[in-house]
Amino acid sequence: MGDTEATVKSKKTVFVTVGTTSFDALIRAVDTHEVKAELLRRGYTQLLIQMGRGSYIPTKSEGGDETLAVDYFTFSSSIADHLRAASLVISHAGSGSIFETLRLGKPLIVVVNEDLMDNHQSELAEELADRKHLYYARPLTLHRVIADMNLDSLIPYHPGDATPVAKLINRFLGFADD
Amino acid sequence: LSSPKSSPLTEAKGSSISQLWPITLIIVTTTLIVIRLLYVLDRTGEPPRSSKDSALQQPLSTLIVLGSGGHTAAMINLLSVLQKDRFSPRFYIAAITDSLSLQKARLLEVTRPDSMEVTSSSQFMQVYRSREVGQSYITSVWTTSVALAHALWLMLRIRPQVILCNGPGTCIPLCVIAFLFKVMGIRWTPVFYVESIARVRRLSLSGLLLYKLFIADQVLVQWPQLQMKYLELTMLVASCNWFTSAAAMAKLNFA
Repeated sequence: MGDTEATVKSKKTVFVTVGTTSFDALIRAVDTHEVKAELLRRGYTQLLIQMGRGSYIPTKSEGGDETLAVDYFTFSSSIADHLRAASLVISHAGSGSIFETLRLGKPLIVVVNEDLMDNHQSELAEELADRKHLYYARPLTLHRVIADMNLDSLIPYHPGDATPVAKLINRFLGFADD
Repeated sequence: LSSPKSSPLTEAKGSSISQLWPITLIIVTTTLIVIRLLYVLDRTGEPPRSSKDSALQQPLSTLIVLGSGGHTAAMINLLSVLQKDRFSPRFYIAAITDSLSLQKARLLEVTRPDSMEVTSSSQFMQVYRSREVGQSYITSVWTTSVALAHALWLMLRIRPQVILCNGPGTCIPLCVIAFLFKVMGIRWTPVFYVESIARVRRLSLSGLLLYKLFIADQVLVQWPQLQMKYLELTMLVASCNWFTSAAAMAKLNFA
């Protein structure tokens, strides 16, 4: 663990993304000591935050002995690359972010923004959590979810297939099934 | 209607009858419209032709309304598995504020195996949106009228035989015009609305409108919970959970 080379090899990044919106409550939550300590305990070494239009600025850190390296940016055109490089993704509940992460097969914790009125997006996160495709958290429960999660129990998500829909449309319009 | 001849009141009665004419006309017209409307509401959601129809394998001109972002991606996903020879020619419409969606549709058309046909069998257009996010209700009366007029113009030009659409509200004016065409007997265009995968327990506003007002012939939802919720009312909502395999679709009942 103390060996520099081993540390480089075992670089494990947590990528936090809020999409095009602002979600200060989430950024604030990942910036807390509890969450960082829990991530460190689970073997993660880097924390990269995409903070969107939020106004809360997390504290940067170089990392090193017993601390997490923390970096942030507002927007990027290469979110997909960051997702691909991550070992764990913590995301807002936007369906775009959720499905992009799941398709890449990355472990995902979705944090629901409780400040949004009529937030239908939590429906999707809850349902996918029930199906064990991801973990579901609120900003205040995030550290507990990280502590309790068992990534091996997550079920890989298989992207939807539109063929049944096409079949239904065809049948409705009187086209024969092929 | 004949007026009594020998009565001295003939003239007076005649004038009262001629005064009744406009009212009678209005009542008769209204009754006819209501009957037609009831017929349309009843027939909506039923397959437009029997499966033994001889004209069955004729391709259908198809209007595809692209929502934007994830909605467009979902529609492109669906189109990539639809038989292009059955749904032809294809007319793509996106909101005037959304330039990306039509690019994606062009890309899809080009990557189809028969890319030679692209220019002849597909067209790309834009439509005004009735309301932008956060727009005030007063100005949206005006913008909705503009959107409806524009949708009418496009629908008259395209005269689609099928409409495929999904959220958000871009498709609403076009679907409303399609409904009016049904009522007026201009053209019977089945409307398919595919609800977003993000809607698990409640329909979106667009989905709810098209479903409650019998504008869509089929509201396709992607979660069984949503189907269960609306199943009791009508059979318009069919579950198309894209997670499940085709085998589960055998349970579907819409005919």
